[in-house]
Amino acid sequence: MTHASQTPLEKIAIKTVKPTEYLSNVHPVWCPGCGHFFILRALTKALAWLKLPKEQIGLVSGIGCSSRLPAYLNVYGFHGVHGRALALASGLKANRPDLTVLVAGGDGDGYSIGGNHFIHACRRNMDMTYIVMDNEVYGMTKGQPSPTTPSEWQSKLTPNGIGVARFNPLGIALAAGASFIARGFSGDPNGLTKLITEAIQHKGFSLIEIKSPCVTFRPEEKEWQKSMRSLNISPSSNPAEAAKAIYSSDGFDTGIFYQADLPIYEPSNTPCDAPADTLAEIEKDLSV
Amino acid sequence: MTYPVSTTQNSLAISISGSGGTGAVTVGLILLEAVAKAGFYGVMTRSFGPQIRGGESAVMLNLSDQPIETLAEFSHIHLALDWLKFERFADEIPLTQDSLVIYDNSREKPPGLVETSGAKLIGIALQNAVKTVKDSRMNMFALGVLAQQIGLNSMSIEAALKKTLGKKGDAVIHSSLEAIQAGRQLISDSYYAVLSNWQPTHQPRWNISGNEACGLGVLRGGLKLAAAYPITPATDIVEYLAPRIEKLGGRVLVAEDELAAMNMVIGGSFGGLPSMTATSGPGFSLMTEAMGLAIASETPALVVTVMRGGPSTGIPTKSEQTDLNQVLYGFHGEAPHVVIAPLNVQEMVTISQWSLGLAEALQTLVVEVSDQHLGQSRVIIDPIPPVDFKLKRLLPAATSSDYQRYQLTQEAVSPIAWPGTPDTQYTADGLEHTETGKPSSAAKDHQQQLAKRAQKTTQFDYGERWAKLTEIENSTRMVITWGSSYEAVRAAVETLNQQGERISLLGLRLLMPLQTQKIQALTQGKAIMVVEQNASGQLFHYLLSDNAIPQNSQSIAEAGPILFKPSTVHAALTDCLETLK
Repeated sequence: MTHASQTPLEKIAIKTVKPTEYLSNVHPVWCPGCGHFFILRALTKALAWLKLPKEQIGLVSGIGCSSRLPAYLNVYGFHGVHGRALALASGLKANRPDLTVLVAGGDGDGYSIGGNHFIHACRRNMDMTYIVMDNEVYGMTKGQPSPTTPSEWQSKLTPNGIGVARFNPLGIALAAGASFIARGFSGDPNGLTKLITEAIQHKGFSLIEIKSPCVTFRPEEKEWQKSMRSLNISPSSNPAEAAKAIYSSDGFDTGIFYQADLPIYEPSNTPCDAPADTLAEIEKDLSV
Repeated sequence: MTYPVSTTQNSLAISISGSGGTGAVTVGLILLEAVAKAGFYGVMTRSFGPQIRGGESAVMLNLSDQPIETLAEFSHIHLALDWLKFERFADEIPLTQDSLVIYDNSREKPPGLVETSGAKLIGIALQNAVKTVKDSRMNMFALGVLAQQIGLNSMSIEAALKKTLGKKGDAVIHSSLEAIQAGRQLISDSYYAVLSNWQPTHQPRWNISGNEACGLGVLRGGLKLAAAYPITPATDIVEYLAPRIEKLGGRVLVAEDELAAMNMVIGGSFGGLPSMTATSGPGFSLMTEAMGLAIASETPALVVTVMRGGPSTGIPTKSEQTDLNQVLYGFHGEAPHVVIAPLNVQEMVTISQWSLGLAEALQTLVVEVSDQHLGQSRVIIDPIPPVDFKLKRLLPAATSSDYQRYQLTQEAVSPIAWPGTPDTQYTADGLEHTETGKPSSAAKDHQQQLAKRAQKTTQFDYGERWAKLTEIENSTRMVITWGSSYEAVRAAVETLNQQGERISLLGLRLLMPLQTQKIQALTQGKAIMVVEQNASGQLFHYLLSDNAIPQNSQSIAEAGPILFKPSTVHAALTDCLETLK
């Protein structure tokens, strides 16, 4: 198991691969000051540090502000439909285990409309990294509450607050079987770069839940900067201990809560061009 | 005009019914394989009650000395292992005074509708017979009874038994053979011992169901991923693939729901390898949003839908050609795609391979439409020779610079890069996009890309497979049909033509893009009758709305789930011909 402390961040500057090489020439649609810009930056830094060839990366997303990410990177990307990025990525990883598969999306995409796929992607524990850019709001549709929005937050759609308790994505991921569970903060670029690097290196399903302020619809989230802190415990491979850490956190702790060596679901991958006589053998079974 | 009972083809119909656990289906499976081993052909359809296990079930076999897929008009022999809820099958197992009904006389009496059918009834002591052979089962005595009644030799039965029940061990085979032998003695006369008069073939043949044939076709086409969520009556396709596709370098992904299954297919195909799912109406409904993504992102994807009675949960275990509107129109936005329907089980292998190939070559969604009747019928057919369709993905040239994923080209198909190839990275997108794939809401990009996605399907040369035409010289009438209705319609039209009519027959395979001009050329100046198994005449209205057929064409549409027999189609066409006179 790799620990965050072992990643020599200071070496990033001297690597020959530049983070900007991973960027496309498409400019993000995000609002000025959006937390997502810092996540894009941290992601390209992590890819550069890992020196991953651009063509070996498959980046899949759903719908929402954060799901625009693939267009901004010069990798093989797929911008799909709302909520189904993890399913699409599972198909990609099944057929192409040689690719580094990254999945990006927001809290609504991943935890609400895509909730079932989130559970089952954790459970499959295929080797992929799920980056959730959680701003606790639906931004693209201009400000409605998501599953991580505080119950009392008022919007046009919910003038008295949604009145439903927010849920705990890290707790769900742990219960569902994810093998790497972390929280990051867009306002901590170095810490985030480290976390993304660790998550990609981890073998299995990695969830990084990144708190990323929406300056337009949740301007109060700018205050997060004051509360975020590094987790003062090392990652546990014991789910009971991890559960305690996850449930005792007020939501402002960043770091790896859980990292374990769990069985990875890898569908059959015999060579692609099987000999033709195999098909003949299969057809023989039909003979009377 | 009445439907003649004896046709040009020797045939013998047997049905077997019984409550769950009596083994009626096993008798049918062994009998079909045995008849095939004896050198003949046959088709077996099944009917189930709603229970998963323990419910009543029935099998209907139509046997012949030539390839056959049509259903029998009535049962020459019906064997009832018991009479539990037999009324449910009354419509599917017609009995006449020419029928022989064999039943266990130690149980309840035959129901009234059997008594009044005029069939010859023979009660035998099946349950008592079980006591005479150690560890035996009643259905094996029934198998012996049937073998004796139709003149089927012991060698074929033994070989079929070993193939079907071999995994259960020697003891089971031994006691079964003993029971079959004892069963042969239970009725002294043989009423329909016709097999000995038929000319057997010694050529190789296959015993295959429609769903298996579909599975084989996509394996021949190079399928590498099947992602699916279980649904009746489509699951058999994936169950056929599961142990076999791995040997060919592919895999099955069991999805958490149909939404996931369709997206997995798109992801797997984006990875560069042919991918598909199999589903039925309700699952198809859940998949349609992602099917639109396959169309917009130009990702090859094959969806096989095996129709059942609808709407909603409908009748999951029975057939109806009821989802044509769904597969044609069930999408938001302009969503040009390809819809193909095989006409019978025999062509399911090749048409399924073709469907997958078209998805790959045209980089779009192909929907192959089957139904419970085609999918779960088991037939004896001549082996299907392999075909090389040469339908592959268009890859970028090795030296491509300035690669544009959605480039406008003459054929409207643009090169699709294999992830892992340097310098051709792109983002596939369900958002409208430019030629490079950059999201765009500009009118010009939308219009260009819409036109491109439509043109690649309409400009393509589909060759002769778009339909199966049987043209009669100087004919002034034509029957048009599709899918599982085809075999019954073909038989009915052949009979009518023998009776002096001159009717041409068109079985449509390619339903989208509709080959309107070709259909117009064939239907011009003819009286047209469109036959299909759904309540509203979905194909009829589709053809009419595109002016593919004349406005005065006739619709013969009947809801499922009672499958078309040649006689029902014959009667409907006869009525229709009367109105034309």
